[in-house]
Amino acid sequence: MAERSFAKEVQHLRMGEGDVFHGEGILAVTKALLQSGVSYVGGYQGAPISHLMDVLADAQEILGELNVHFEASASEASAAAMLAASVNYPLRGAVTWKSTVGTNVASDALANVASSGVKGGALVIVGEDYGEGSSIMQERTHAFAMKSQMWLLDPRPNLTSIVDAVETGFQLSEASNTPVMLELRIRACHVYGSFEVKDNKAAEFTLSDAMENPKRDYSRVVLPPSNFAHEVEKIEKRWPAAIEFIKNNKLNEFLGGHKGKAGIIVQGGHYNTLIRALELLGLADAFGETEIPIYCLNVTYPLIDDEVKGFCLDKEAVLMIEEGQPEYIEQAVNTILRNADIQARIIGKSILPRAGEYTGQVLQAGIRQFLEAYAPKPLHGTPQASAMVLSDADQKLIAEIVPPRPAGFCTGCPERPVFSAMKLVQKDVGKFHVSCDIGCHLFSILPPFDIGNTTMGYGLGWSGASAFNAPSKQRTVSIMGDGGFWHNGLTSGVGNAVFNKNDNVLVIVDNGYAAATGGQDILSSRADNKTKSTNNPIAKAVRGMGVDWVREVNTYNVGEMKKVMTDAMTTAITGPKVIIAQSECMLNRQRREKPIRTKAIKDGKRVVRARYGVDPDTCTGDHSCIRISGCPSLTIKDNPDPLRDHPVAWVNNDCVGCGVCGENAHAAILCPSFFRAELVYNPSAWDRFKAGLRGAIIGVMQARIDKRRQKYSFGATP
Amino acid sequence: MSEARAIKIAMTALGGQGGGVLASWIVRLGENNGYVAQSTSVPGVAQRTGATVYYVELFPQGPVQEKGKAPVLALMPAPGDVDIVVSAELMEAGRAMMRGFVTSKTTLITSTHRDYAIDEKIKMGDGRQAADSILEAAQKAASRFIAADMAQAAEEAGAVISSVMFGALAGSGALAIDRASFEDVIRASGRAVESNLRGFARGFDIAHSNKLETVAKAADKNIASAPSPHVAPLLDRLHNNFPASVYYWAREGLKRVVDYQDVQYGDAYLDRLAHMLAADTDAGGARKDYKLTQALAKHLALWMSYEDSIRVADLKTRGSRFERFRDDVRADDGQIVDVYEYMHPRVEEVCDVLPNGLARMVLGSNMLKKIMGAVLGEGRRIPTTKVRGFLPLYFLSSLRSMRRTTYRFKVEEKRIEDWLSVCLAASKKNYTFALEIIKLQRLIKGYGDTHERGIGNFNQIIAVLGVVESQMDPVMTLKSLSEAALKDEEGAALRAAIDQLNQAIIVAA
Repeated sequence: MAERSFAKEVQHLRMGEGDVFHGEGILAVTKALLQSGVSYVGGYQGAPISHLMDVLADAQEILGELNVHFEASASEASAAAMLAASVNYPLRGAVTWKSTVGTNVASDALANVASSGVKGGALVIVGEDYGEGSSIMQERTHAFAMKSQMWLLDPRPNLTSIVDAVETGFQLSEASNTPVMLELRIRACHVYGSFEVKDNKAAEFTLSDAMENPKRDYSRVVLPPSNFAHEVEKIEKRWPAAIEFIKNNKLNEFLGGHKGKAGIIVQGGHYNTLIRALELLGLADAFGETEIPIYCLNVTYPLIDDEVKGFCLDKEAVLMIEEGQPEYIEQAVNTILRNADIQARIIGKSILPRAGEYTGQVLQAGIRQFLEAYAPKPLHGTPQASAMVLSDADQKLIAEIVPPRPAGFCTGCPERPVFSAMKLVQKDVGKFHVSCDIGCHLFSILPPFDIGNTTMGYGLGWSGASAFNAPSKQRTVSIMGDGGFWHNGLTSGVGNAVFNKNDNVLVIVDNGYAAATGGQDILSSRADNKTKSTNNPIAKAVRGMGVDWVREVNTYNVGEMKKVMTDAMTTAITGPKVIIAQSECMLNRQRREKPIRTKAIKDGKRVVRARYGVDPDTCTGDHSCIRISGCPSLTIKDNPDPLRDHPVAWVNNDCVGCGVCGENAHAAILCPSFFRAELVYNPSAWDRFKAGLRGAIIGVMQARIDKRRQKYSFGATP
Repeated sequence: MSEARAIKIAMTALGGQGGGVLASWIVRLGENNGYVAQSTSVPGVAQRTGATVYYVELFPQGPVQEKGKAPVLALMPAPGDVDIVVSAELMEAGRAMMRGFVTSKTTLITSTHRDYAIDEKIKMGDGRQAADSILEAAQKAASRFIAADMAQAAEEAGAVISSVMFGALAGSGALAIDRASFEDVIRASGRAVESNLRGFARGFDIAHSNKLETVAKAADKNIASAPSPHVAPLLDRLHNNFPASVYYWAREGLKRVVDYQDVQYGDAYLDRLAHMLAADTDAGGARKDYKLTQALAKHLALWMSYEDSIRVADLKTRGSRFERFRDDVRADDGQIVDVYEYMHPRVEEVCDVLPNGLARMVLGSNMLKKIMGAVLGEGRRIPTTKVRGFLPLYFLSSLRSMRRTTYRFKVEEKRIEDWLSVCLAASKKNYTFALEIIKLQRLIKGYGDTHERGIGNFNQIIAVLGVVESQMDPVMTLKSLSEAALKDEEGAALRAAIDQLNQAIIVAA
C-alpha cells in the first residue's frame, strides 16, 4: 500500500458533466484520462508523479468499470513499451514517470514507438523534476521530444488548462500519428485548484477487441526498409499534420496586449510566474491583463513558424522565457526569424540565467532589465512588491545562522543501521569505495554518515562499481534498494556481476516497498495485494541468478549487520557476495501498526510499547551516538548539569522504539546512557503483582539511597 | 486593470511536521469564506525531514464573479510578496526571512522551539546556532511578529502543531475570517477533532496575548531547603576562606564531589581549590574576579567526579532517576514501565573499579584480559526496574566506599595533580593562558574510546604547551588547538594544527 491513500479522493473521479472538481493537479490529470476514453495506463512512480500512480492504484474499481487496464510497470522502459498497443489499434493509452530520469530509462521504447507512429492516441505524462525540490540531475525533457520527434505540451499551470492539454493531446497524437508528451513541473503536479468536469468515457474499441482481432502492418515495424520510410513519414506527413492541428485548434495562445515594440514568448508552464512578476512590477493585474503582448507556448515542440513570425514581425525585441539549457526554443525561434528575414531581436539567455529555476524573483529581474532596455515607456506601473526591512548585514547574519536542512532518513528508518554498521566496519577493515543507487538509502551520502562515492541510476549501484573488478586488497561495497533491484538491478547489477565473476559486495536494502517514491508495493513486498503478485523473495532471485554467497540480515541488529559485512569484506571465498538487509520501512510500518495499537489499547487489550531514552546525568555531551545514527528523534537539549557546557543527547517523543540508538551504543561501545523503556498498557493482574513486588523491594533500597542523598544535601540553591 | 489581489500565505516547515495539513485547512477555510484557493508544495525528498515550503493564495470571489474570469495565481512565493508567513520551527522562520518572504507588510507567526539540524547535532561540543538573533531579526523584519513555543503548546494539548499554528493564524487576525469558521474547518476534517480544537484554542490565545511562555523547571524532591549538618562545615569553609565571586561554582562543585564520594572528598576538593586561590591572588586575581579559581571550581569538580561504573550504577538506581525516565517516556500515572540499560562493560571498565594491584595485574597480562573479556562477553541489557537488574547495580554503587583504593582513582588523582601543577605554574606567567589550560578539561568526556580520545587530545595539547607559549598570541593559539580537538573524531584537525605549530617553530629556527 502506498504512503498516501487516495481512497476518498478517487470517488471524485466519478463526477460528471456540470460538477466542479477540487483537487490536486495530478488527480485532475487522472480525471482527464478517464474523460478521454483511455484503454490502458501504465507508469513508474517517482516525484512529482507518484501520486498519479497511487491514485490509479486506488481507483481500480472505477478503472474496471470503464474497461481501463492499469499497470504498475516494472520500469519506465516497460511503461513506454506498453504504448506499442496504440501502434496497430485505435486504442488510447497513457504512461507516466519522473523525468528526465524516467525518460532516460524509457528512451529505447520511446524511440521505437515514435518511429512506428501510432494509430490510437499515445500520451506520455512526464513530471519534470527540475528546480526546488528536485532530487535529480538538472536536464530537460525537451531534448527527448526533439530527438525522437514526439510533440511536447507545456500547458499553463491551472487545472482547466492541464485537463484540456490531456484531451487535446490525444487528439493531436491521433491527428499526427505521433506520441505526445505532456510536461508537468513539480508544483503543477501538486497544485490544488478546480475545474469543470465532463463525463467519463469508455473506449469503444477495447483491449479485448484488439486481442481477439489482431491486426498486423509490416510497415509499422522498425526494421529496414520501414525504418527509413518512418523518418521520411515523420517529416513529410506527421509534422505538417501536427502543425495543422495545433494552429487550427489554437493550442498556443496570444495573451496580453497588442501594442508596443516589445513582446514576451513564454513556455506555458511559466505563464503564471510571468504574470505575477508583471503584477509586481505594476504591469499586469491579477487576471493577467497587461498591455505587453505575450505569446504563450502551450506546445513547446514543434514550434509553429507562422505564429512565431506573426508575433515577432512588428516587434523590435522579444523576451524568450525558456527555463533550463540548452535553449532549444530560443535557437529555433532565431532560425525561424533569420530564414524569414525578420529583424526582431530575441533576448533570452543573454538576460535570464542560463541555469536554474525561473522563480518569480528571477523573472522579475529579467523582465525589468528587458523592458528598461527595449521598452522604456511601458514601465510606468507602480511596483507592488514591498521592501525588505532588514539590512544587508542582518540578512547576512541570518544566512550564517540558519543551518542547512537536507532530507534524511526518517525516525526509526531501518536503513540507518545499515550505514551505522558500515561506519563501524570501516573502522575495523579500513575505508572502502561505496557505489550508491537511487532510493532513500542515498541519504547515506549526507551527514552524519558521509558514505558513498557515486550514483549512476536506478538499479545501477553494482554496475557503478563494475570497473573495480580487479585484484585488490580491499573490496568495494555497492548499495541497491529493493525498488532499484526489481527496476533493473537484478540483471544490470547482479547478472552482470555473476557473469563477469565479480568478487565484490552488494548490500540490498529490502524494506518491502519502493519507499523513496511513496511506499508502493513491489515484487518482494510482504503485504498481500489484491491486484498484484507480492512475496517474491529477493534472495530467491539472487540465488537464481547464480550468486552463492547470500546472507539475509535484520538491519536493526547492528552487531550482526557489522559481523556479516566484515565477513563479506574479508572472506577468502571469491565471487559475488550479496547481503540482503531486511526490515520494513518504518514510515509504512507505523502507518500500518499505529492504528491497530491505538485500537487495542482502547479496547483494553494488554499492549507493550517500547521507546528509548538517554539519561542526561550519565551523558557527557560528546554526541558520538548522533554521529553514527542521525535519527531525527535522537537530538540534543540543554545540559541540566550546571557544571557542563555542552548539550546532552536526548530522545524526543517521536521515538518509535526501533532500538537502533541502543544497538549502536552496544556495537560501538559508546556509553551507558541509553535505555529502552517498555510501557505496559492495560496490564494483567500478574503484571500488577510483579510490578508491585518489585516496586516494594526496589523501593526499600532506593529509600536508603535517598537517605544518603539527604545527608549530603546542600539545600536549595541560594 | 483590476485592483483585486490575492492574499499570499507561505508555510515553512520540516518534512513530516504536517505542513500539508495546515495548508489544506487554510484552503478549506478560504473556500468556505468566499475565496478562490490555490495551494502548492514541493513534496518529493523534502518530505523526509528536509526544509520545505507550502504556499497558499486566497483570491476574493467578488472580483472573480465581476470579471467572469479566473485569476492567475502563482505557484511559488516571491520575495516581497508574502502577506503571512507561518513557520513551524524557529530556524525555518529564519529561512523565510533569508528568502525575502518577510517584509514590512508581513505577519510572521512562528513557533520558537528548536528542531536541531543534523549539522548542529553532530558537533562534539555545542553546535547549536544562536536562536536569539533570529528572534531579534524577526522582530525588526515583520510588520507583526507572533512567537511562542507552539510545539510545547501542541504537546500539552495532545494535538498536532498544525492546529496550534492554525489557532495562532486565527488569533492574529491577519485573515478577516472569524474564529468559528476556523474551528468549523477542524471539525469538518473529522480527525482528532477534540484534541486539535484544544490545540487551536492554545494557538488562538497565544496570538492574542502574544507573550513568550516560559516553563518552570521541576525541583528535585530530595533537595531540602537548608544544607544538612553533614555538609554545613564544607560550606562554612567555603564562605570563610574564599572570595564571593567563587561561591557559585565552588558550591556546585562541592555538591557534585560530595554526591560523588563523601564529605572528606569535598574537603580534598577545597584543598585543591585553596592552592589555586593562593596562586590566583598572587597573580592579581582580586582585580580579575578570581577567574582562575572560578574556572577551576567548575572543571576540577568535573574531573574529580570522573565517570566510572560505580558512578553510573549510582546515577541509574536513584529514585529521582526513576521519576525522570517516567516523565521522559510520558508514562501515565501508575503505568508500569520496564527499563533496560544498554551497558557494554569492557575489561578496562571492570579494572577501573578493581583494587589498584589487581587491576594492574589483569591489565598487564594478555591472558587474563582475554579471559575476563570472554566472561564479560557482548553488551548486555540490564533490567533496572527488575530486582535481578537493580541488585547488581545497587551493589556496584555501594562500592563507592572502596573507590579510593581502585586503580582508576589512582590514575585520575595523578592526572589531576599533573594538570594542577601545570595550571599553577602557568598562573605565575600568564593569567589568561592559565585560564585556558584549566578549561582544557572540557576535552575529556565520555566513556571507553570516547574518553580515551579525549585524554589523548588533552595530553597532545599539554605536550606542546611550551611551543604554544612561545607564540605571538599563546591564548588564541591554545584556544584554537582546543577547538581543533573538538572538530573531528579522528583527530585530524588537531594533528594538523599541532603539525602547523611545530612547522612554524622549525621555520623560525
